Amino acid sequence: MSSPKEDTIAFDYGVWEPVIGLEVHAQLLTESKLFCGCSASFGAEANAHTCPVCMGMPGVLPVLNRHALEYAMRTALATGCTIPPRARWARKNYFYPDLPKGYQISMYEEPLAVGGGVDIETPSGRKRITLTRIHMEEDAGKSIHDAHDDHSLVDLNRAGVPLMEIVSEPEIGSPLEASAYLRALRAVLQFLAVCDGNMEEGSMRCDANVSVRRRGTEKLGTRTEIKNMNSFRNVEHAIDYEIRRQIDVIEAGGTIVQETRLWDADRGLTASMRSKEHAHDYRYFPEPDLPPLVVDRAWVEELRRGLPELPRRRCERFVAEYQLPQYDAEVLTARRDLADYFEAAVALHQNAKAISNWVMGDILRLVRERRLDDALVITEWPVRAESLAAMIALIDDETISGKIAKTVFEEMVATGDEPAAIVRRKGLEQVTDTNAIAAAIDDVLASHPDKVAEFRAGKDKLLGFFVGQIMKATGGKANPQSVNEILRGRLTG
Amino acid sequence: MNLSDPRSFTIATARSALDRRELSSTELTRAMLDRIACAEPALHALLEVTEARALADAAAADARLGRGETGPLLGIPVVLKDIFATRGIVTTCGSRILEGFRPPYDSDAAERLARAGSVLVGKANLDEFAMGSSNENSAYGSTRNPWDLERVPGGSSGGSAAAVAAGECLASLGTDTGGSIRLPASFCGLVGLKPTYGRVSRYGVIAYASSLDQVGPFAWTVEDIAAVLGVIAGHDPRDSTSVPRGVPDYTAALTGDVRGLRIGIPREYFADGIAPDVEGATRSAIRLLESQGAQLVEIGLPHTEYAIATYYLVATAEASSNLARYDGVRFGLRRASSGDSLIDMYRQTRDAGFGPEVKRRILLGTYALSAGYCDAYYLKALQVRTLIRRDFLQAFEQCDVIAAPTAPTTAFRLGEKVSDPLAMYLSDIFTTSVNLAGLPGLSLPCGADTAGLPIGLQIIAPAFAEEVALRVGDAYQRATEWHLRRPAEITGLVSGKVA
Repeated sequence: MSSPKEDTIAFDYGVWEPVIGLEVHAQLLTESKLFCGCSASFGAEANAHTCPVCMGMPGVLPVLNRHALEYAMRTALATGCTIPPRARWARKNYFYPDLPKGYQISMYEEPLAVGGGVDIETPSGRKRITLTRIHMEEDAGKSIHDAHDDHSLVDLNRAGVPLMEIVSEPEIGSPLEASAYLRALRAVLQFLAVCDGNMEEGSMRCDANVSVRRRGTEKLGTRTEIKNMNSFRNVEHAIDYEIRRQIDVIEAGGTIVQETRLWDADRGLTASMRSKEHAHDYRYFPEPDLPPLVVDRAWVEELRRGLPELPRRRCERFVAEYQLPQYDAEVLTARRDLADYFEAAVALHQNAKAISNWVMGDILRLVRERRLDDALVITEWPVRAESLAAMIALIDDETISGKIAKTVFEEMVATGDEPAAIVRRKGLEQVTDTNAIAAAIDDVLASHPDKVAEFRAGKDKLLGFFVGQIMKATGGKANPQSVNEILRGRLTG
Repeated sequence: MNLSDPRSFTIATARSALDRRELSSTELTRAMLDRIACAEPALHALLEVTEARALADAAAADARLGRGETGPLLGIPVVLKDIFATRGIVTTCGSRILEGFRPPYDSDAAERLARAGSVLVGKANLDEFAMGSSNENSAYGSTRNPWDLERVPGGSSGGSAAAVAAGECLASLGTDTGGSIRLPASFCGLVGLKPTYGRVSRYGVIAYASSLDQVGPFAWTVEDIAAVLGVIAGHDPRDSTSVPRGVPDYTAALTGDVRGLRIGIPREYFADGIAPDVEGATRSAIRLLESQGAQLVEIGLPHTEYAIATYYLVATAEASSNLARYDGVRFGLRRASSGDSLIDMYRQTRDAGFGPEVKRRILLGTYALSAGYCDAYYLKALQVRTLIRRDFLQAFEQCDVIAAPTAPTTAFRLGEKVSDPLAMYLSDIFTTSVNLAGLPGLSLPCGADTAGLPIGLQIIAPAFAEEVALRVGDAYQRATEWHLRRPAEITGLVSGKVA
């Protein structure tokens, strides 16, 4: 859960302007595969999730998983895409042992959706990255080359798992914009619960098309395609590396070769994988085993009406409705479950800023420590939203101090008990009785006459010492505001 | 009817004998198996005889018959082209690359036939991957034509046709991609139907050209064809191109009445290149239908001359992709030794596994789809396909069915065209358009040439109007006897004559 402010690396390419387009492959979270009933889940024994269809056996035929189509359609609608009256499946032909049929069923000339866009925040304001298209396709299996000396193994559990490819226009102007785009897109996918967006585990993969041109010129430079970037950071660094490499080549009088390059995260560089001359000829043609996808307009409208509030709009609402700073609103709406958690707490206790501080602070710290955010939807929170709201209510009605609240919170995390019960059990109620506080102050001052003299001689810093001693004497329960007021009266009076 | 010559039976006559308990399915099946034992050495219609399965099926059918059940195919011996996947039964598609392959699943058609209580006696020989017009492209040797063992049965479903014509079964299933049911039906004196694309499920049918392949039956009579079609037709959720549409009662559609029916005669199908015997027989068949009250209308199908070229681009393009799965990785043949690279394995496996015609079509199709050629070949072919489809739509504004020859000639000699693929391809000149347009086409015997070889009449109907084509064919058979002719006995004639 990285925040938009986390990365502050500045990328400066002088007279050169980078032009970047991203192709994102998102694995759809359906229970079964795209064209057969096999489970799409990970982690099973090799080839356990296979059948004649995803094994590419002779004579068997693909049947579309309607849920996968629905997920892709929801994504298209959420990003404002146009859904043409007809989409068409196409075969992408190439030989590889983990591609059972010798072709991948994908879409080519007639994709599922076109247009649309994803908004990102940039230093110069909001920017909309246009989407070229969204299409669906099936995943390939996995080849394992190093298990045996003289042969490779193939695991087809992943073969046929539904993917959605989201292609952006080359409108991304920097590595930071690229990662901002990916984060915004991932938030949309997660809000829709169509993809868990885990780049490290490959459920969201990204290829980048990168070129550079002199600022102020129109003509696009020759592009390269960068693959194998499995984190937001890798995306930034790989694109940055590639931009600099291209600039160096051009400035040294060379020309950019159109090719596919692999990012090597360990060495921090991109290396050529295959050039255009060696590019595959995929011999695309319409998939004859599946009829064209004629999407029912009434269904489209039904899906549109069923869309949840999306991250961008929710962020804006958080600022307007709860008077939160933009930064807070962005952090809280980076995940749908986090935003839901926040709103559940606010519904019970209307101190949005205090709740935001606790959620962004202690709650998120524990979520990250415990890797709870690996789950698509966090259900096991360190403390329940209701309990957090109750605890902040205790602070606000001065039952406990903010300092004691830390103790209460830790106890809540450790035991799962309600804050009121903890306060009662441990006797943590704040002391607001001014007579009791005055008595404790008098005791402290009486036992430190030398320090009192020093203070009166001008050593102001000793105020903190006295406060510390008083809080210690009251077990931290004295109302800090009362302590300050009475103490100042005694020392200056 | 005579059990020692199973060719004396049709499904209809066997049906009434079975239902009246004058005959058991086991007796009928044994007669077929005896016939297979006699005829096969010379005929080679079958790649696999499923004797144990047949006897079990027959016993099960007899039990059902004993309980008073009946059904169009209950207890009827049938054969499946070896392109239909049959669970646990070797399914090779006539190719070395699938030698010994036992699918863990049944094709939809095989399932429907089994559910109907039919008796599976064997898997029929075919041109490898259904690519051919003569059955000479089978990796397991040619099938002979029962009417003349020196001649081809037609292809690619030649084994299915020869099996019925030789009395090895009462009906069989084939597939028709460019004429592969109708041509063998014509060459073997049978009725064969290629239904509308989408009428019968392709699930479990090993794909040659997915947008053209369609399953259909062979039998002696149109009446029998109606019975089989009623069993195999219908929507299958496992085939997204099968059409969710009710199945009419095809048998009830056989009224014998063609009065007022408009029969279109396409100019382009009676052009040069058609054998005089064939043209004569076809024209007199059409005249007979006219005498039964049908109206004849001359029509044009102007893009007919492009059909063969279009077919060989569309079909081979799809085939080049469909056959990519035979790579030696998961099933079937693998040719690789230690130290070979992946490419070595692909190359050796596919070189050893595919025959020359299959390789030719994979190459042609790969070329037609390649960057730089796709527009001129594959995409152009798709455009012409649309024009051909439109020809038929326009023609059917003027007529209810179209009548034409099935093939330009009668059965040719083995070896006659193997060295000339183009000449071989022209055998399908009157049939490929129907596949490109996705229409139903029926072939039925309507005469014989001077050598006594059967001639086929083709009836083409609009999409999903099989019953109209069947009604015309049945009316013709009610008035003629061509469907009663049988080839000479194979038994004893030939042992040792053809190897």
